[in-house]
Amino acid sequence: MGEHILSWMTFFPVIGAAVIAFIPSERKEVIKTVAAAAAAVPLILAVQLFMTFDRTTAGFQFIEHYTWIKSFNIEYFMGIDGLSVPMVLLTAFLSFICVIASWGINKSVKGYFALFLILEAGMFGVFCALDFFLFYVFWEVMLLPMYFLIGIWGGPRREYAAIKFFLYTLAGSVLMLLAMIAFYLHTSDPVTGGHTFNMLHMFDQANHSEWLQGTNVRHVLWLALFIGFAIKVPVFPFHTWLPDAHVEAPTAVSVILAGVLLKMGTYGILRISYPMLPDQALWFSYTLALLGTINILYGAYCAMAQTDMKKLVAYSSVSHMGYVMLGMAAMTSAGINGAVLQMFNHGTITAMMFLCVGVVYDRAHTREINAFGGLGMQMPLYFSFFSFALFAALGLPGLSGFVSEAMIFMGVFPVYRTITIIAALGIIIGAAYVLWMLQRVFLGPKNEKWDSLPDINAREMFTLVPIGILVLLLGVYPMPVLDLMKVTLNNLIKVVAG
Amino acid sequence: MELNLNIPSWSDLRFWLPEAILCITFLVALLGDLVVRGRRTWVPFAVSVAGLITAGAYAVAAMNHGLDAGQFQGHTIMGSLMIVDGMAGFFRLLFIFASLVTVLFAWTSEEIMGKRRENKGEFYALTVLLTAAMMVMAEARDLLMLFLSMEAVGLISYVMAGYMRTSLRSSEASLKYVLFGAVSSAIMLYGMSLLYGMTGAMEFDGIRNALISGTVDPFALLVVVVLILAGMSYKIAAVPFHYWCPDVYEGAPTPVSAIFSVGPKAAGFALMIRFFYTTFAAGTDAGTQLVQDINWPLLVAVMSVATMTYGNLVALRQTNVKRMLAYSSIAHVGYLLMGFVLLSSAGLASILFYLLVYTLMNLGAFFYVVAINNHLKSEELSDYVGIGFRAPWAGAMMVIFLASLTGVPPFAGFVGKFYLFTAVLDKQWFWLAIVAALNSVVSLYYYFKVVRAMFLSTPAEGTDMSPLKLHWLQYVVLAMLAIPTLALGLFFEEFKGLADMAIGMMGG
Repeated sequence: MGEHILSWMTFFPVIGAAVIAFIPSERKEVIKTVAAAAAAVPLILAVQLFMTFDRTTAGFQFIEHYTWIKSFNIEYFMGIDGLSVPMVLLTAFLSFICVIASWGINKSVKGYFALFLILEAGMFGVFCALDFFLFYVFWEVMLLPMYFLIGIWGGPRREYAAIKFFLYTLAGSVLMLLAMIAFYLHTSDPVTGGHTFNMLHMFDQANHSEWLQGTNVRHVLWLALFIGFAIKVPVFPFHTWLPDAHVEAPTAVSVILAGVLLKMGTYGILRISYPMLPDQALWFSYTLALLGTINILYGAYCAMAQTDMKKLVAYSSVSHMGYVMLGMAAMTSAGINGAVLQMFNHGTITAMMFLCVGVVYDRAHTREINAFGGLGMQMPLYFSFFSFALFAALGLPGLSGFVSEAMIFMGVFPVYRTITIIAALGIIIGAAYVLWMLQRVFLGPKNEKWDSLPDINAREMFTLVPIGILVLLLGVYPMPVLDLMKVTLNNLIKVVAG
Repeated sequence: MELNLNIPSWSDLRFWLPEAILCITFLVALLGDLVVRGRRTWVPFAVSVAGLITAGAYAVAAMNHGLDAGQFQGHTIMGSLMIVDGMAGFFRLLFIFASLVTVLFAWTSEEIMGKRRENKGEFYALTVLLTAAMMVMAEARDLLMLFLSMEAVGLISYVMAGYMRTSLRSSEASLKYVLFGAVSSAIMLYGMSLLYGMTGAMEFDGIRNALISGTVDPFALLVVVVLILAGMSYKIAAVPFHYWCPDVYEGAPTPVSAIFSVGPKAAGFALMIRFFYTTFAAGTDAGTQLVQDINWPLLVAVMSVATMTYGNLVALRQTNVKRMLAYSSIAHVGYLLMGFVLLSSAGLASILFYLLVYTLMNLGAFFYVVAINNHLKSEELSDYVGIGFRAPWAGAMMVIFLASLTGVPPFAGFVGKFYLFTAVLDKQWFWLAIVAALNSVVSLYYYFKVVRAMFLSTPAEGTDMSPLKLHWLQYVVLAMLAIPTLALGLFFEEFKGLADMAIGMMGG
């Protein structure tokens, strides 16, 4: 497996899905065990990646490079650098946790786990692909499983949420498709001179045709790519699919959605838009900072107004992804490293929050904040886990969210002073909605209706504890993740900002 | 003018073996049906399947032989009426495949066979004859043959549309088809007579030479092009000549609609490609200049956009799956026309590739409707609720077909669109590509309305949720279509090469 570690990570879940397809559907435990095994292998490989990844180079590693479709010069080209490695680790980690968290699924178990594993394969593929066509295929492969996971196993308005998610994302990706074809037709392979989908060739401005060097053309291409990625992030005003999808999706799918899928938007901007159109990245950076600030404040205010816990967490994601955009716009070392670290940290923290919401929903079958009260006495262990996650979300020092947010603010303050000051208000609003929810759910007089609610069980602990440890560890000592990415990201800044 | 009498030689006919086999098969199947009385409908069925497979084998062999020789520029047949070249070879295989799977699937269809399998086998014989006629359409290189082959396909289609004699809907479909067909044929014939008057030639290359050497009034030429294009647009159901299409598809038995939605359409495209490419482009600047004079690209681009947008927008409102698929097939004609805008070889090759992909996924979707109709006796979307769980494997394959029709990777439909977009963007037709891309987003909504009913919606209390037992042959045929739909989305090198070759080896 050493040679083709990325391919094994990507396609092992597909093998798992294929095996599951042939297990009789009444053997539910067998199906779940196979799914767990199929998700465990990439996790083990991810640990191996973490151990052997060379932190001193900005180049791509673990490269696999083969011809796929010769007549279009499409290649099977996989490789990772410091930008993709944290995302790959996050994906492997959360996917495994989510398979465990899905143990309670009882409706069409076979379909659920098969689709989930295909989704996992698509996520790995997006973070590893270095051929634009391959990237696009993986990007779209995720849509179909996600549509079904929301649409079949979701809440009451699942049909609406599923198609809305699909339509929004597809609308964004067709723009990306056209931009991709334009890049393909106007980038030449320095060796053969033919058109190419190779991203590394697209990064090199010398390979661009004269047409592709025109400023207006580049502006349009930037916007097409940006809208495609922005819908995924989601950037205001493209965010409206997110609360619907999150609220209706089953718990584990919400975790993947918020934990991994949203990162693909910002990952795409950093992986594709920045190096391919560096001058446009600079041209757009102020707007990006503004949009980030809008996301932070708008998301936080919306979160405060929610009465549904899951919707609150969903809007908090909008807010937290705003910090990522703000850090990216800064074009400074601290800003961009903070942004990618925030992508990782938000993945873990928001996963914890969604899992915690899932715990109470499984028991009480409601997520109405006002329906609860005094739950802290009834479920003390649960209370501590949930408050841990919420404190991490509001940026309590000592937990991982604080580190990345602080880095972002340090990075962006010298560049956009006013914006930073306004954006920092988001932290206060963030604290407000988090604490207010905590108070309404766990403190105050106990609602007698919930007298019989059992506390968190062992399986739920098993999903929450590893994430909790990671959040605490990275809050005290973030270097393991920062070391992975800083060489690559500092190089990226050099490319973009000169 | 010197009268050039081409005396046909019988030896030419050896290149025409697949067509000859199909004609004989037709006769045998028809006679077999008459001779073998009683419930033995398997006789025409078996004869047709055997004939199609034999013809297919010969067509493959001819293709391979042409490829091995490195040249498949064509053998003319019956003087210069027809030509068997790389492109004709491509369409032969496409038609035979489409007819073969349709015949196989029709065997399990209650609409065709009747509830107690009391119907006779005319359907099989007619499908075989239709295949032969469509193949001639792809081979015609003379105005006379062009018209004859189109009328032959038309006549057989009228009979097939009215196949369910006792059904009012089916008869109505047939009558509509006849009326629209007659009008459009007349229009096209008028255009052709003008063209003959202007050039004094019947065969396509003669027309080209006359157009290039003589001085042709661009306006007169525009009139001719519009009239002929109108006749052909009727055949492929492009806006504004599409009105017959939804009614005919809805009224005809579903297996017939299935073959209508791919076969005659693909044949219409073959005819259009050969006629317009050989008369206007075919590598000569002067020919391309003629196209520029009449602003051909804009004419076709507008038609393309109108067709796809109309098809998609109207499909959004449909509640009957079959009718929705009819509108969707109109939309796909719009996409296909994109490749026709520039008369460039890349554009035409992308049409061929898309036709191949479209045949797979569209037949698949129609066949699923046939399979479900056997059980539900309905094609209404509201009756599809929960049907996906009652036959999960068939349902999963239907999802593959619908996702592919939408153009979502990793399915073949995406590759087809990608190829079309690349051809169009290469010539900087940005607005066309953008409109087409947004159209595919619109189409997602109605295709997935079906998926939603099949899998997402909660069935009402008391709905029968027992597993559906589909005929084994239905699973086989659906898999024959679904597996290539997936495989061609991932590995399309070979078939793209085939499409490129077919255009590259188009004889003049």
